[in-house]
Amino acid sequence: MLRALLLTLSVVAIAHAELCKPDAQNAFKVRISIKTALGDNAYAWDATEEYLFKAMVAFAMRRYSSKSTTQISNVLLCNVTDRVSFWFVVTDSSKNVTTVPGSEVEAAIRMNRDRINNAFLLSDKTLQFLKITSTLSPPVEPSTPAWLIVFGVVLCLIVAGIVFLVVSGIQKRKKKNKESTERENLEEKVEVTVTLENGIPCEVLDLKSGHINGVFAADDERFTSL
Amino acid sequence: LSAPPESPKEDDRPKWDNKFQYILSCIGFAVGLGNVWRFPYLCQIHGGGAFLIPYFIALLFEGIPLLHLELALGQCLRKGSIGAWNTISPYLGGVGVGSWVVSILVSLYYNTVLTWVMWYFINSFQEPLPWSVCPLNENRTGFNKECYESTAVNYFWYRKTLNITPDITESGTLQWWLILCLATCWAIVYLCTIRGIETTGKAIYVTAIFPYLVLTIFLIQGLTLPGATDGLAYLFTPNLNTLKNPRVWLDAATQIFFSLSLAFGGLIAFSSYNPPKNDCEKDAVTVAIVNSMTSLYASIPVFSVLGFKATTAYWDCLDRNIIGIINEFDLPEESILRENYTSWISLLNSSYPEKIAGLKLKSCDLHEFLDQSVSGTGLAFIVFTQAIILMPGSQAWAILFFIMLFSLGLSSMFGNIEGVFTPLLELQIVSKSAPKELISGIICLISFFIALCFTLGSGSYWIDIFDRYAGSVPLLVVAFFEVIGVVYIYKIKRFSKDVKWMTGRKLNHYWQITWRFISPLLLLIVFMAFIALQVQKPPSYTAWNPKYEGFPMKEEKVYPPWVQAICVLLSALPCVCIPLVALYHLIKQKRRSKDPNFALPEVFSCQGANS
Repeated sequence: MLRALLLTLSVVAIAHAELCKPDAQNAFKVRISIKTALGDNAYAWDATEEYLFKAMVAFAMRRYSSKSTTQISNVLLCNVTDRVSFWFVVTDSSKNVTTVPGSEVEAAIRMNRDRINNAFLLSDKTLQFLKITSTLSPPVEPSTPAWLIVFGVVLCLIVAGIVFLVVSGIQKRKKKNKESTERENLEEKVEVTVTLENGIPCEVLDLKSGHINGVFAADDERFTSL
Repeated sequence: LSAPPESPKEDDRPKWDNKFQYILSCIGFAVGLGNVWRFPYLCQIHGGGAFLIPYFIALLFEGIPLLHLELALGQCLRKGSIGAWNTISPYLGGVGVGSWVVSILVSLYYNTVLTWVMWYFINSFQEPLPWSVCPLNENRTGFNKECYESTAVNYFWYRKTLNITPDITESGTLQWWLILCLATCWAIVYLCTIRGIETTGKAIYVTAIFPYLVLTIFLIQGLTLPGATDGLAYLFTPNLNTLKNPRVWLDAATQIFFSLSLAFGGLIAFSSYNPPKNDCEKDAVTVAIVNSMTSLYASIPVFSVLGFKATTAYWDCLDRNIIGIINEFDLPEESILRENYTSWISLLNSSYPEKIAGLKLKSCDLHEFLDQSVSGTGLAFIVFTQAIILMPGSQAWAILFFIMLFSLGLSSMFGNIEGVFTPLLELQIVSKSAPKELISGIICLISFFIALCFTLGSGSYWIDIFDRYAGSVPLLVVAFFEVIGVVYIYKIKRFSKDVKWMTGRKLNHYWQITWRFISPLLLLIVFMAFIALQVQKPPSYTAWNPKYEGFPMKEEKVYPPWVQAICVLLSALPCVCIPLVALYHLIKQKRRSKDPNFALPEVFSCQGANS
């Protein structure tokens, strides 16, 4: 009995070893860079983390195929290195000693990539499934491109400045014109009220004392005295 | 009633508010984009600190004398370029017309460069910066092919900004975003030049001083970046061997000449608004020295940032190699660091040479990265933007950088527009009663419509052509005739007396010697060397062609014959004005001399006009 048990166990072990090896069919290589992602908060990769990994892959398979038959024991890990990199396969317990097709595993992982990354506090770059490409998230685009808003603000300021300068220029010009016409009108008015005598205003003449005309003054001597 | 006394003629001419405004305008005109993106490049490729020797020699014998000549000319004659040269001698009127035509051509394309700066400026308000990430392709499986093969920064510049065509003959379509920015730029120029120096004098306080502030901020920031000191040391270390190459001396002479914005007519226009008794000698020396010091001051942050970029690229190269090795040999993370990389490589190479060879590791050499030199738009829009992404707080740095470039270019635009505006006002083509606002508006509107052709897909190729042919050879020719005209036709004795009347000092021997012999000789040599270099090989350009095998390298193409004809036309048009106008006056003179009532024009003198 014991011998039979040992025999089945060794057969299973050999079978597992055959299923999970580098470049095996339906096997995927995983590369993890914990120190790059977390720096000082990096955790060590040990058997417990491997258990979590197996659990996450089983979870992904269950979510994807919705037939809840995948167990943690179906996920086989091998060739764990110091890099931290390893290979894994998912076996199918319903069919004896075979692996789930790679395309199914790939689709399952793709669907749940976010959850798997978050379980390990890693990202697509630091938890790499080497043959599975990740869909890139589209860049966030706001409804109005930001540059149009800035452009609108700048343009409004400039147009306001131009309008202000043009209007102030026109106003200055109008004021100058009004002033020069006012000055002309004032000069005309002043001319009308002043009476002129030989081009000299009378007030000026009145203010000045009269000139003694030397010719007539000297004439007194011409007449002989009576 | 006696009429009010006649106002003197000077009152009609606009004046600077104060001397500082005038000096600042001249400095702003001289200090432009070339101080930031051409001088550091020349320093870099011509042996670092050793380039300063030919640069200062050229400044002493070519830059300062020509600058003093222009400023004294404008101040004495109190007219724009066309009026001034007509006054000196009607036969030399063509010199003024030539510089007027060059100013027009340069204003057209210079504002389009400012358009690109404005486009980058308004795009700097986004998070993340649009030139830091590649857009995805249609089915979202990867990045856009063109962007992936070159870099995100290149893609944003060539595709998203210029939408460049692979060949100059393919014009492409008008890019609507560039048209909007071009309209904005011309509106800004109109706003600042709307009433001539009345408005530019106020605007220059901001546009001339602000770049110095930003340069200082970048200096402080740049020096704190890792790798900055490497960049500074490597790029400033003098290599005196380069001085044996005559190309270095030619580049120094041309750099000084174009950096001071001589022969545009803008400096003559600026100094014509001065009071006649002003020390133009001191002004010239001040402006020239400030311009050169600015070039030096600007190269420090530029080199720091270039050093930072080279160091980052070097570290990236090392890191990529390290990851490759770690993944291949499944070594634990952080076992190979940058410091012990070389020892690891030698160890692994001795034990597993085939594996190492299979990895195809790139050789990382810091000096190779430092040697990558770029000038012009490549420096600002590709290299610097890439460096800005790596700095913390990139939006702020990008905004500051592009505002600085915009102010530098705008203050130079003021000088260009003044060089176009002032002669137009004096030519009496426009009536005196027309408001200045209308004239400047019409000039800006017409220029905007002509400059629309630079917003086509092939626009940047055309700007290169304008820059190389319209803004280079004609200026040398005009400057040569300026010196010859003043020294030998107006006669230097008369000019010395005029300058002595203006500055109050007798003209130094230095000015006499440089004006009479050294400067014209230097200009002649530079002109001939320039032409000799141009004709050595057919003019070619580098095109951005995604379908080229060597992509992302640019494809070298030759200009088709009709484009070459346009290049020759652009260079020849301003130069041909000089003999044409002289010929026209000669014919007029011959006809007039047959008329017995013909009176000789009176001899002009500075003092005579203003006493």
